[in-house]
Amino acid sequence: MFRKLTLTAAVAFGLATGSAFAAGDSGHVENIDFSFDGPFGSYDQNQLQRGLQVYTEVCAACHGLKFVAFRTLADEGGPHLPEEQMRAYAEFYEVFDPALFDGEGDFRPATPADHFPEGNLSSAPDLSLMAKARAGFHGPYGTGISQLINGIGGPEYIASLLTGYTGEEKTEAGTTLYENTAFPGGWISMAPPLYDGQLEFNDGHANDMHHVAEDVAAFLMWTAEPKMMARKQAGLTGVIFLTVLSVLLYLTNKRLWAPHKAAAKRKD
Amino acid sequence: MGGIPHDHYEPKSGIEKWVDSRLPVIGLLYDTLMIPTPKNLNWMWIWGIVLTFTLALQIATGVVLVMHYTPHVDMAFASVEHIMRDVNGGHMIRYFHMNGASLFFVAVYAHMFRGLYYGSYKAPREITWIIGMLIFLLMMGTAFMGYVLPWGQMSFHGTAVITGLFGAIPFIGESVQTWLLGASAVGQPALNRFFSLHYLLPFVIAGLVIVHIWAFHTTGNNNPTGVEVRRTSKAEAEKDTLPFWPYFVIKDLFALAVILAVFMAVVGFMPNYLGHPDNYVEANALVTPSHIVPEWYFLPFYAILRAFDNTVWVVIFAEWISFGIIDAKFFGVLAMFGAIAVMALVPWLDTSSVRSGRYRPMFKWWFAVLVVDFVVLMWAGAMPAEGIYPIIALIGATYWFAYFLVILPLLGVIEKPMTPPATIEDDFNAHYGSKAASGSSAASPAE
Repeated sequence: MFRKLTLTAAVAFGLATGSAFAAGDSGHVENIDFSFDGPFGSYDQNQLQRGLQVYTEVCAACHGLKFVAFRTLADEGGPHLPEEQMRAYAEFYEVFDPALFDGEGDFRPATPADHFPEGNLSSAPDLSLMAKARAGFHGPYGTGISQLINGIGGPEYIASLLTGYTGEEKTEAGTTLYENTAFPGGWISMAPPLYDGQLEFNDGHANDMHHVAEDVAAFLMWTAEPKMMARKQAGLTGVIFLTVLSVLLYLTNKRLWAPHKAAAKRKD
Repeated sequence: MGGIPHDHYEPKSGIEKWVDSRLPVIGLLYDTLMIPTPKNLNWMWIWGIVLTFTLALQIATGVVLVMHYTPHVDMAFASVEHIMRDVNGGHMIRYFHMNGASLFFVAVYAHMFRGLYYGSYKAPREITWIIGMLIFLLMMGTAFMGYVLPWGQMSFHGTAVITGLFGAIPFIGESVQTWLLGASAVGQPALNRFFSLHYLLPFVIAGLVIVHIWAFHTTGNNNPTGVEVRRTSKAEAEKDTLPFWPYFVIKDLFALAVILAVFMAVVGFMPNYLGHPDNYVEANALVTPSHIVPEWYFLPFYAILRAFDNTVWVVIFAEWISFGIIDAKFFGVLAMFGAIAVMALVPWLDTSSVRSGRYRPMFKWWFAVLVVDFVVLMWAGAMPAEGIYPIIALIGATYWFAYFLVILPLLGVIEKPMTPPATIEDDFNAHYGSKAASGSSAASPAE
């Protein structure tokens, strides 16, 4: 009885504990097969470098990445830029240093220890954590089962949003809004940022809008979760270790109880 | 300790005698570890160890997190990101702690429903049950305050909603809320005191866990039959029991290893599955998330809170009879705390002469419905309060109260229970004996 109940509860628990979702108006998000999906997925270093390029040439005009330090661009399990390239990339940014100019502060080229600057536009949210701050999948019925299969869907949401413009516009209280199929509510104030052939990748990778959107979504997943590869590695090691330990403890337990169970058999 | 006759520690060497006559700590440890334990305990008796381990895990990871965390409204969110990005192993420690809270509640709910099914709360174990309920309340308080610390959107607005509940208390509510927050709204004073209490309460829980163990070591463990260990002589007691070490320690460690393997997979492969994306957005008082939901472990009680709105006749009646003092909001708060209070009172609400649900043919089904009800409430609590969901929540909440206040008291009178085995030894032998080979209905002890 209790075993059945436990199983039922466990299944139902899985159904009930997915993230809850807002009523009605969440947009449409397509699942994308990212290289980092699943327990064994890993970041595609080339894709992250392309995504960094897209971020630099397009997103950085308005948005910031204030939690990301330039030095991490050289980290393994990330874009893994060569050391000099990372330093050169950092110098390309100017940061405000309050210690300069006799304590009045001044701008200077960024060093690897500095973070990406914040966005220039107050209405443009910081993108450091965006891939974890949005969910692409919710259902069915708010149970979150789709998240178990597809993941939470943050990067998918970003890619769908960047490619989800219908071309319709409207003006509301002096602000131009653009219709977008992925954005909750359907109308977003960000103008369509991407178009086909907008930039050239050094590695000659396809530069149509959908590929560019996927690349920058992957890059933003890395900015949100820079330690994903280390985490999955630790998770796998832990699961294997604990499984072996479980087997050993199971056998120990079986042997320990054997005489008492044998005695029970004799008495019955 | 305890009423079950067993061997006690005798200091042998000179040093042992020297220590024992000054501080009998070795004897205390010996008696605690060698406590006679019913040998027919099944796999639902492993959650205590899981809970003890999780408490230790949360304290250990928490102490390290505190070394890198900054309890300031402008820096808290960034300091968590500092832990996730710059601290050595910080991302793992933080994900362990974050998902450790979920493991804690999975285990405590399993532990509580175990107790409810096998009648572990019944005499003489009422105090064990009450202490357990106090631990549960403190766990909820600790988890809630811990969720505030990352200072994300859900932290901030969740705190505003939950402390707002206290504002619903008639006359003094607003003062109580201000006193809790240290200000009229959620801000720096609230963050500081929640940080302080989030560090303090786990140690209070640890103290209560010791009292909890002390209490059930005095009465002895319950077991799946609900039949007491024979204690007229040591020889007889030994037929019903085996010492905790090594039999149950190894069994529990095996179960713990299996559960931790699953836990490790969650932490390693989907650490944010049980969380909420909104909490990766820094708190902003001016932007309210479209849908504020508590963490999953609060959802059943959150559903009960929201179930009683001002269209329910009991609420309308309560408001009328109290001249408006008990309005819908306050009624919801009373219902939420009441849902926990009726659980605490279950030792006196269950009138059955038989302890274990295994021998109660009608009770089994009502209990199964209660488990389903709990899950349905959890789901309803996650859904927006519109359409069909408040009605589902109301039906679920009604069953929750009916189970404790009506069904349990009546069942004891109506139901004709089966006869439990005379002794634990009989149950154990019947389960592992030769006759048991062809499908015993008993839940499996030990193996």
